[in-house]
Amino acid sequence: MKYSYVGKEISRIDACEKVTGTALYTADMKLQGMLYTRLLKSPHAHARILKIDTSEAEKLPGVRAILTGEEIPHQFGIYMTDKYMLAREKVRHVGEPVVAVAADTEEIAEQAVELIKVEYEELPAVFDPCEALKTDAPLVHENLHEYLHAPFVFPKPHTNIANHFKLRKGDVERGFKGADVIVENEFNQPMVQNVQMETHASIGQWLPSGQINVWSSAQSPFAVRHLLSVGLGVPIHKINVQVPYVGGGFGGKAGLHWEPLVVLLSKKAGGRPVKLVMTREEEFNTAAVRQGMHARIKTGVKRDGKIVAGEIEYIWDSGAYADYGVNIGRAAGYSCSGPYEIPNVKCDSLTVYTNHPYGTAYRGFGHVEFHWAIERQMDLVARAIGMDPVEFRLKNAALPGCITVTGEKLREDCGRVDECIKAVAKELRWGKKKPERKGTKVRGIGIAALWKAPAMPPYTSSSAIVKLNEDGTATLSISLIEMGQGTATAFAQMVAEGLQIPVEKVKVVSRQETDYAPYSWQTVASRGAFMDGNAVLRAIEDARGQIKETAAELLGVSKDKLTLADGKVLAEGRPEKGLPLGTIATCGILPSGSGIKGPILGYGYYTAEGLTGLDPETGQGLPALMWTFGAQGAEVEVDTETGEVRVLKVVTALDLGKALNPLLVRGQIYGGVVQGLGTTFSEEFIFNEKGVLLNNNLTDYKIFRAPDIPDEFVPILIENPKHNAPYGARGIGEHPTISIGPAVANAIYDATGVDLYDLPMSREKVWLELKRAEGRK
Amino acid sequence: MSRHKISLRVNGQSYELEVEANRTLLQVLREELEMTGTKHACERGDCGLCTVLIDGVPTKSCLALAVEVDGREVTTVEGISKGEELNAVQRAFIEHGAVQCGFCTPAFIIAATAFLKRNPHPTEEEIKEAIGGILCRCTGYRQIIDAILDASRKV
Repeated sequence: MKYSYVGKEISRIDACEKVTGTALYTADMKLQGMLYTRLLKSPHAHARILKIDTSEAEKLPGVRAILTGEEIPHQFGIYMTDKYMLAREKVRHVGEPVVAVAADTEEIAEQAVELIKVEYEELPAVFDPCEALKTDAPLVHENLHEYLHAPFVFPKPHTNIANHFKLRKGDVERGFKGADVIVENEFNQPMVQNVQMETHASIGQWLPSGQINVWSSAQSPFAVRHLLSVGLGVPIHKINVQVPYVGGGFGGKAGLHWEPLVVLLSKKAGGRPVKLVMTREEEFNTAAVRQGMHARIKTGVKRDGKIVAGEIEYIWDSGAYADYGVNIGRAAGYSCSGPYEIPNVKCDSLTVYTNHPYGTAYRGFGHVEFHWAIERQMDLVARAIGMDPVEFRLKNAALPGCITVTGEKLREDCGRVDECIKAVAKELRWGKKKPERKGTKVRGIGIAALWKAPAMPPYTSSSAIVKLNEDGTATLSISLIEMGQGTATAFAQMVAEGLQIPVEKVKVVSRQETDYAPYSWQTVASRGAFMDGNAVLRAIEDARGQIKETAAELLGVSKDKLTLADGKVLAEGRPEKGLPLGTIATCGILPSGSGIKGPILGYGYYTAEGLTGLDPETGQGLPALMWTFGAQGAEVEVDTETGEVRVLKVVTALDLGKALNPLLVRGQIYGGVVQGLGTTFSEEFIFNEKGVLLNNNLTDYKIFRAPDIPDEFVPILIENPKHNAPYGARGIGEHPTISIGPAVANAIYDATGVDLYDLPMSREKVWLELKRAEGRK
Repeated sequence: MSRHKISLRVNGQSYELEVEANRTLLQVLREELEMTGTKHACERGDCGLCTVLIDGVPTKSCLALAVEVDGREVTTVEGISKGEELNAVQRAFIEHGAVQCGFCTPAFIIAATAFLKRNPHPTEEEIKEAIGGILCRCTGYRQIIDAILDASRKV
């Protein structure tokens, strides 16, 4: 099928605003009478709050509202309602907000914070999630048994377990009995941070009328509205959430963040708008982070390479709150095997409270973490039976017809991980002779496969509205947030395709507002192109139907004889009778001058189809709307004298069904790969023994800079279309980050014979392992 | 805090201001002149998102005190091109997909425009070094580098 606009390399529709600096972000906004917030944060990881004295701060001129946790009994959270806006009775991590001050200026608010005195009584803290599982561990949440939570979350009251996801497929004991070789390993990775360039920013206003207005750097305005309503007990129609451009989210701005706090400050300040912009330090200490993880994996395999059993334990360091973390543990649990078919699997994925900063979504949502373990393990198991890692992966690949760990039979159109693995292997010249060692420098290649489905409840929906305008242009309203991923541009291409008008004649409303915009659950999980995309297609179809009805009546032909082309409605065989779309946008006009029909307004929705809840004891069911399969490979050069690893080449093959806009797809891949490389080499929360984060800034917490990127990126776009997807397209926003770590580690082994089990693979760590290996020789 | 009278030229316009001694150029641009194209993302010189030109030289405006810039010429993203006509770097960024969330984009546009004036025919390595002080979390820099290379060929 030839398309005019879909599949083309069209520039982003918002690019002009962004290169001229006119794109507006929440932190750029200034409202009349606006107040500014600063936070007093906990210096302790776990402590009882004995006394808060705000009297001196209250006297400071320009201070308009001070709030403490005592005044905010509400709890918030998307899947586990465990989060307080300000600590109540006790603090649970260093950096947790204890008091908030709204004042005429940020400087006054800061001065006021310095005048507040808090007395604490320190409590024993727990930082290691494995320690936190012990019966004598300090409890982070004593009242866990009272917390509200989603039905698919299984907390263990009076412990630190916020969620225990269980998966049981087949008979794992029998599986291990039939195995020729059993390989068991443990893998670790630390907490990291999304490091969106725009820090969290919110403005809240609670007017005396009861109307609540929010402007926020949120990924999901409707989720913010819903969670605010539930948390504050305010009816939804009294809440309007607006989202201007978002300066990167990567999951860190999904769900609810600091919106309730600014709203409550505004109420106390008599309805003046109150703004909070997190500092970079607060992004690390106070805002949410990615959970750390400890994995134990035991694999039983036959000599012929078939995996027969897997016992998997994922233990998540959720930090002080797990409102989002519980679902990360669940998503990793129901995808726990990686893209392989294993007949007998037992998985326990435990989301565990500790006294660290709290975890949330970050690009890949549990999958970056567990693929680190699974894809390292795949290489280690292949080696144990003397099989080539590519052959071993292909032997166990989850192909159409295979049964996943949750009992799902993969459909014919599910996508092909084997094609991705082969494409990457070919690009890496797999099996060819390795280059010669050059002095202290050795080269190696590694591969790792991946899969991920949108991690979400089984019942989410999206909607879209297409308006035809009087000049034949069209306006698309959606509630998917454009935070860089480019979906809005792909949707503009779909509207152009559907109405047969140039992309320049399509506007996608960039500033979302819940009072006006159609509903969409959240901008997360690589679900947008598929779910909101399907809603957009149906809205276009609806608009086309309305256009044809009006035109049929004006032209005196039946609807099915009409087509859309060149911005016109055309009757078959009568091209001279074409009606420009603009002429029927508001109504049709008969020769007599009378109007017929009405404004063209197409509406469409899409609700996730056929998903089910999962059995609480076995995890069996259908959680996956679509799998996106992929494979990644790396070629590295390791300097054995210094431990420095240079990444020469990164190959990423994704079966994305259809590249709606290859230019933007490549952008997602480059960006995802480089984020993955940050996790691989340099990013890590470093705490002292009191739970104080030592590297809460971008000097000491290194994300990749331009000179650090690989010499060569090779994106490979494989297009096996998905049947019910827009033009066959699957989501790919998160996937390019997922298997970078293991691909690089497998390449480091290939180069040096050294195995790494813990991220990040800093130069120091690589060097130490190289020295240790030398010692063994 | 002592207050100081300064005169600034920003994007060719003159401004007479009275600022406190500790106000940064970044704060003055964003809060007093309400030019929000220049972003702040760390306020300690790590991220480079607040890059502006001071007398044509790329500078992190969070590290420059407003009083230091008294009498000097400042160029921000709002003044880097003439009205609706985009400069070659801006056009190349659009064409090459070098923009995603857009939050870092103004800083890269400013830095790249100044860099190409100084070094009209750079190598890829020189470009990487030139933009090495500005962070981007979305693009992986690849398409930014491609855009700057392409702009250098078209300038």
